[in-house]
Amino acid sequence: MSKQRMKRSEIQKAPTGIAGLDDITNGGLPHGRPTLVSGGPGSGKTLLGVSFLVNGAQQFSEPGVLMTFEENAQELAQDVRSLGYDLDTLVAQKKLIVDYIHVDRSEIEETGEYDLEGLFVRLEHAIKQIGARRVMLDTVETLFGGLKDTGILRAELRRLFRWLRDHQITAVVTAERGEQLYTRQGLEEYITDAVIALDHRVHDQISTRRIRVVKYRGSTHGTNEYPFLINRDGITVLPVTSLLLEHEATNERVSTGLATLDDMLGSKGFYRASTVLLSGTAGTGKTTLAAHFADAACARGEKCLYFLFEESPQQMIRNMRAAGIDLQRWYDKGLLRFHADRPNRHGLETHLLEMHQAVEMFDPSIVVMDPITNLMTVGTQTDVRAMLTRVIDYLKTRGITALFTSLATSASSLEATEAMISSLMDTWILVAVNEEAHKRNRWLYVLKSRGMPHSNDVRGFHIGNRGVAIDSPQPAKSNARKPRRKTR
Amino acid sequence: MSETFALKLYVAGKTPKAVRAFANLRKICDEYLEGRYNIEVIDLVENPQLGRGDQILALPTLVRHLPTPIKKIIGDLSNTERVLVGLDLRPRRPSK
Repeated sequence: MSKQRMKRSEIQKAPTGIAGLDDITNGGLPHGRPTLVSGGPGSGKTLLGVSFLVNGAQQFSEPGVLMTFEENAQELAQDVRSLGYDLDTLVAQKKLIVDYIHVDRSEIEETGEYDLEGLFVRLEHAIKQIGARRVMLDTVETLFGGLKDTGILRAELRRLFRWLRDHQITAVVTAERGEQLYTRQGLEEYITDAVIALDHRVHDQISTRRIRVVKYRGSTHGTNEYPFLINRDGITVLPVTSLLLEHEATNERVSTGLATLDDMLGSKGFYRASTVLLSGTAGTGKTTLAAHFADAACARGEKCLYFLFEESPQQMIRNMRAAGIDLQRWYDKGLLRFHADRPNRHGLETHLLEMHQAVEMFDPSIVVMDPITNLMTVGTQTDVRAMLTRVIDYLKTRGITALFTSLATSASSLEATEAMISSLMDTWILVAVNEEAHKRNRWLYVLKSRGMPHSNDVRGFHIGNRGVAIDSPQPAKSNARKPRRKTR
Repeated sequence: MSETFALKLYVAGKTPKAVRAFANLRKICDEYLEGRYNIEVIDLVENPQLGRGDQILALPTLVRHLPTPIKKIIGDLSNTERVLVGLDLRPRRPSK
């Protein structure tokens, strides 16, 4: 109830149409006011502004005026084209006006009093021509390089922002980030309604873009830094989903694909829409177990999306065929889809986004990520954890049961190293191998499984040409040594 | 130096600055360019679309179209010395 009351008192918003940005700003930019968008070179501020204009013109019937003060008009057109925006068409449809203002100090002599009425006249003329409701000024601070009298310039910019407010124009004003301030010339002093900061960092040779709503007068907003992405579909800000823990919990169960393993999990398998971690050292059969899970889902007629971070789909299908699991048929039927990608091909955000898009398109009921540990090489622990949280959140809200395999480097570190992600998981199964009497013996056990009675057996298992066969419950044999449980 | 000066003075309405700029320009032209100048006053309030061609931002702006290259002088032209420099009628002082 209090939430509703707050919403009503919030100021009117102009949606940007940028996926995610309207979520973190609770609806968009302040309507009829200027918003400052600050960032370093290449941080995406121009693209953000252009998206705001293009979406306004196309989706919200709010025509726009783009006034650019940058030297290179060609560059803008190119940048924008890479996003798939066709400004020329919008201009022809009278939904957009692009005006270039370039001031070259070398060809200008200043003598006596002047004002920037020329800018006002041109802007007003453009606005009137198409009934514009949105304006972008990109990057107005370049004027400081073109005019000597900064006193006049400041006074005129202040007048310009007031003029925009008086005319109820929703404006995006881009600015180059200064050393200490959000703008080089301290424009934040004049634009106090909303400030958005963009950032572009490179960490371990992988670049990440981030966006933060620094200030938003009269509105609640997300205060974190949110990763965002620029690709052929334009700008997308994450999260695309809510970050609250309010997923519905169902009592429905999903088979693991192995009756014996189902038995170990309260006789019924995993909960639907839960998360499962399957961890173990190399060659313990994680992928085979995951394949059983996928196979069973497809056999029920459900769709499974399988993310591969190590193998190609063909390799995976071949290997599983050797283990007696025929995935090809599900692939042919369109019930199983693979999404194979090298983890270090791009940053975490891109991965996250591609996962979102793949899930969105295929709409599976089961997702497997194999192995999730490969993604951990892409970012810092905090980043990976944050990303996984988002992925899990997203999958849970969609009611998807997700299985993650995790490769541990050594058996002794199994439980400790995964403390970082294990808390995000509802069920955690460990698989391992020990060598005794010239034989490698596989065993597995359920380390935890929230909300269900589960077996505390350590069971041996074999992988033959008919898949995984788990030994029946019996007192541990001498060669299936129970591993020491570490206290955490 | 017999070339005719083609000058355009951009203003927005009859503001005091505009009136001052025009008066100052006439005075300078009569004194230094007698008989070989031609001034066109463009009021952007009446013809806002004309501001685009010469990249008009500040007002008043004086644009010298001829002789080439194009020169721009912004302000009310109250400093004759500066205007003459801007119009290339007096050499630019090396320092400053």
